[in-house]
This record gives sequence, structure tokens and C-alpha cells, in this order.
Amino acid sequence: MKYIFSLEFIYLVASITYILGLKMLGKPGTARKGNLIAAAGMTLAIFGTIFLYQGKVPTYIYVLIGTAIVIGSIIGWMIAKKVAMTKMPELVSLFNGMGGASAALIGLIEFEHYTGKMLSTTTIVAGIIIGSVSFSGSMIAWAKLNGTLKNPIRLPKYNLINNLVIIGLIVFAGFMTWSGTSSQVYLYLLFFAALAYGIMLVIPIGGADMPVVISLLNSFTGLAAALGGFLYGNMVMLTGGILVGSAGTILTFAMCDAMNRSLVSVIFGSFGQGSSEGSDGLTSETMTGSIKKTTVSDVAILMNYSQRIIIVPGYGLAVAQAQHAIHELEQLLVSKGIDVKYAIHPVAGRMPGHMNVLLAETNVDYDKLAEMEDVNPEFKNTDVVFVVGANDVVNPAAHTNPSSPIFGMPILEVENAKNIIVNKRSMNPGYAGIENELFYNQRTSMLFGDAKAVIQSLIAELKGM
Amino acid sequence: MTELIDFISNNIQMIYIVVLMIFVGVEIIGHVPAVLHTPLMSGANAIHGVVIIGAILVLLGVNPDNYLGQSLGFVAVLLGTLNVVGGFVVTDRMLEMFKKKK
Repeated sequence: MKYIFSLEFIYLVASITYILGLKMLGKPGTARKGNLIAAAGMTLAIFGTIFLYQGKVPTYIYVLIGTAIVIGSIIGWMIAKKVAMTKMPELVSLFNGMGGASAALIGLIEFEHYTGKMLSTTTIVAGIIIGSVSFSGSMIAWAKLNGTLKNPIRLPKYNLINNLVIIGLIVFAGFMTWSGTSSQVYLYLLFFAALAYGIMLVIPIGGADMPVVISLLNSFTGLAAALGGFLYGNMVMLTGGILVGSAGTILTFAMCDAMNRSLVSVIFGSFGQGSSEGSDGLTSETMTGSIKKTTVSDVAILMNYSQRIIIVPGYGLAVAQAQHAIHELEQLLVSKGIDVKYAIHPVAGRMPGHMNVLLAETNVDYDKLAEMEDVNPEFKNTDVVFVVGANDVVNPAAHTNPSSPIFGMPILEVENAKNIIVNKRSMNPGYAGIENELFYNQRTSMLFGDAKAVIQSLIAELKGM
Repeated sequence: MTELIDFISNNIQMIYIVVLMIFVGVEIIGHVPAVLHTPLMSGANAIHGVVIIGAILVLLGVNPDNYLGQSLGFVAVLLGTLNVVGGFVVTDRMLEMFKKKK
């Protein structure tokens, strides 16, 4: 009976909640409950650790822990509740960085307590490197996603430099372990070098690849937590950390798959070079056709006499805060007896599934969101495709132009529809920085303007019909 | 070499857990629709906040006269809490919107 209240038992329960929680997060129906179960397990583990600790601890340490938890909870809660749904990806990155930093700090403090123990020191220095890289990398990813850092910064031969730095880091860490040093100077040198490496690793990577990077750093932090678990023989850190490390790695590959990119090309950046050098000559040749502009009232008439309309929302829609407007338009069209659907590209928005989250926020019916594989055969029977703020995910170059950097990426085949209306603010290329030949298609009409304003005037026109 | 073998035999339980957990993680994520990738990543992000346990253990065990250790430990617990609380709340907010309309 006493065992029920032991820390080991609590950790066991917590570990089970993580597995169960992650499993339930994978199904739309149970996802929310799964998250809450994992959160409950985490709370249990935290309080268990504090209150069932064996050993004499001065009271002020408890005050210190309590204060840190209270402050952290309030700030974390407020940030998480306040931030707009469009900012979700960078927020995940931010929180991920906090976890990485926490893991690195643990290593910094514990280093001196394990001097001379080779394997513990290995765990510690590995935790410091991985945690620091995860922290500084996540901060760069965060800055890139919220637009503070716009362009990839590439030093000449950055791949070579980065590889030399990481090899240097590992050799140095190996030396620290092997020599059994207790030098704090070495320790902090390692810490700062790892931070620098995290920055150098992420800074050359383009914004479009950030979701993959965040997912990768996410599994890094998991690994760092697991190393902490190994150090303390703490089962809940071990299970939670490894679970996230392994699940995160698979998720990273799944995201790469959705974008038809290999992880290697994301990290070592064949993307930017391919697009700036390889395809420019070709695109400027093929992109000389003329574009067709259209007006709101023309589009309204076209829509009014359509039977099937598919809306393709992109990040531009979210930026213009037009989710609610598009939902209103959809309801209006449905009330006129038109079949309306949303075609969601797996990486629409800034992260896989991001667009679903945004549309769900406005109460769009879950059944109206069609996934790419299901909706692609339907385009040829569709009267109007309305592309709002999406670009790269509807670029036919992915099928037709082998020299295009997005060649091979699965896209929404909107070019098969009878009419294609593209709403954009201007002719600027999309996130990947590539021209889109869809805009020069015979059946494409461009409707320039801010997504929200355009959709609202469409609604007004349609209401009058 | 002997140290490595000692390490493995002394920690065989933990090594079992590592191996099994890797497979569990792979299995769990294997068949998830792309729709849920973002919430899943966010949820996993919250779970690795378990690193806070380590931060708490550091503070509980730190020497009373090690002020640097105490300050760093304090920051570590604070950052870990941010990871846990922020992570779970954000995930919940995302999933709240997946409610099916009646």
C-alpha cells in the first residue's frame, strides 16, 4: 500500500499518461483529452518530485522552486492564451527553446558534482551541447517565423564551417570527458560554443523550412531531457524524453515527406541555391506571358452561377485575418445551393495542419476541409477554384519544371479547374521565392487586393444578387 | 571498454526503457493525419518539458553556499515551467478548435 504513494509509482503513472496522451493526440476525436491527460501526468510528476524528495532541504529552496514555478506558470499561461493563432508555430519554437535551455542549465550546474566519472560527464556534456543547440536554434527559428530575421544569412562555405564547428565541439567534449577536467572555464566555453553552433545551424535555413527545423529541435530537446533522466536514473525524464525524441524524429520525417524535401537538403540548404541559380534563367523565360486581371463583381457573378467551388486558403489569408470573412463567404455560397469545400495542402500556413487550426478557430465545419489526396481528382469537375493567399502549394512547376526547387512537391492541382481565381496582394513570389506559372494560365484570373477587403466586397456583391 | 560493459550491466533497465520507448514513439506517430501534425508537435513539445523534473532535483540537491548553482537552478525551473505550462495550454487552445460542429 505504501508503494502507491512512492515516487516510483507516480513516475510510472506519469510515463503512462505521456504514451497515452501522445497516442490520443493522433486522432481528432480524442486529441484534446489526450493533451489534458499528459498535462495531468506532468503535474503529478512535478508535485511528486517536490514533496516526496528524500533528503534535508532548507525551506528557502522550496520557496525558490515555488516562486519559479508560479512565475513560469503565469507567464507561460498568459503568452499561450494571448498569442494569435497565426503565431502558433513561433510559439511552439519559443517554448521548445525554453526546455532546451533548462536542460543545458542542469548540465552546467551538475558538471562539478560528477568530476572524474566518465560516463556521467559524457551524459552531462552531451546534454549541454544538445540543450544549448536546441535553445539558440529555436530562438533563431522563432525570430525567423515572426519576421524579425527575414533572409537566410549564409556565410561563404557555411556548410563546411558548420561541420568543422560541430566536429570541434564533439572533440572538445570528448577531451573534457576523457581528461576528467573540473575546469569551469572549459565548461562555459563548451556551453557558448554550442549556443553559437545552434545559431549557425539555423540561420542559413530559409523560412519555409522552419517547421521541419522546429520539429527537429523539438526532438533534440526530448533527447536532452532523456540524458538528464539517465544522469539521475530518473525514469519519468527518461521515458518522456526518449518518447518525444523518437516521436519528434518521425514527425520531422513526415513533414519533410509532405514537402518532398529530404532532411539533408533542409539542413544543408540546397534549397536557396537551387532557386536562385538553377531556375531563374528558366523561369524568366517561361514567365513572360501576360496575366489576366479581374474585378470583384465579375468574380461574384462567376461564383453565383457556379455549382462547385473549392477554396484554397494559404498563409496570406491568415495574415490578412480573413478566416472569418472566408467562412462567411462560404456560408453565403452554401445558402445559394453551391457546393463549397476547402482544399487544404498539408503544409498550408506555416506548419503542417496550421491551416486546419486557423479555419477550425472560425468554426468552419470539419467535414468541409478536404485533404490534398482526396480533393485533387475533384478539381476538373470544379467550376471555380478560389485561391486566397496561397502560392507555392498550387504552383504547377512542382509537376512540370524539373529545375524548379519545389519540383516533386505534392501540390493542389488547381490548374485542372474550369476557372481559377487567385487573390493576392501583388505579383510578389511566395514564401519559397519562386515564380508561379499558374498566374499566367489561360483560365486564371488575378484578383489583386487585401484578402479580407476583397472577400468582404465579394460577400456584399453576392448578397445583392 | 570494461567501463562501458559495466555501464551497460549496471543500467540495463534504463537501456531497455530507451529501446522500447523509441519503438513506442515511432509506432504512435506512424499513422497520424497531417491535420494533426501541428498539435501533435506542440503536445510533444510540452511533454519534453519533463526536463523540469531534473531542474527541480538540481535545486533540491544544490549546496546551500552555491549561489551560482541556485540562481541557475532557479532559471532552469522557471524555463522548464514555461515549456510545460505554455506547451500544454497552447496545444489545448489549438485542439479546442477541432470540436465538431453539431
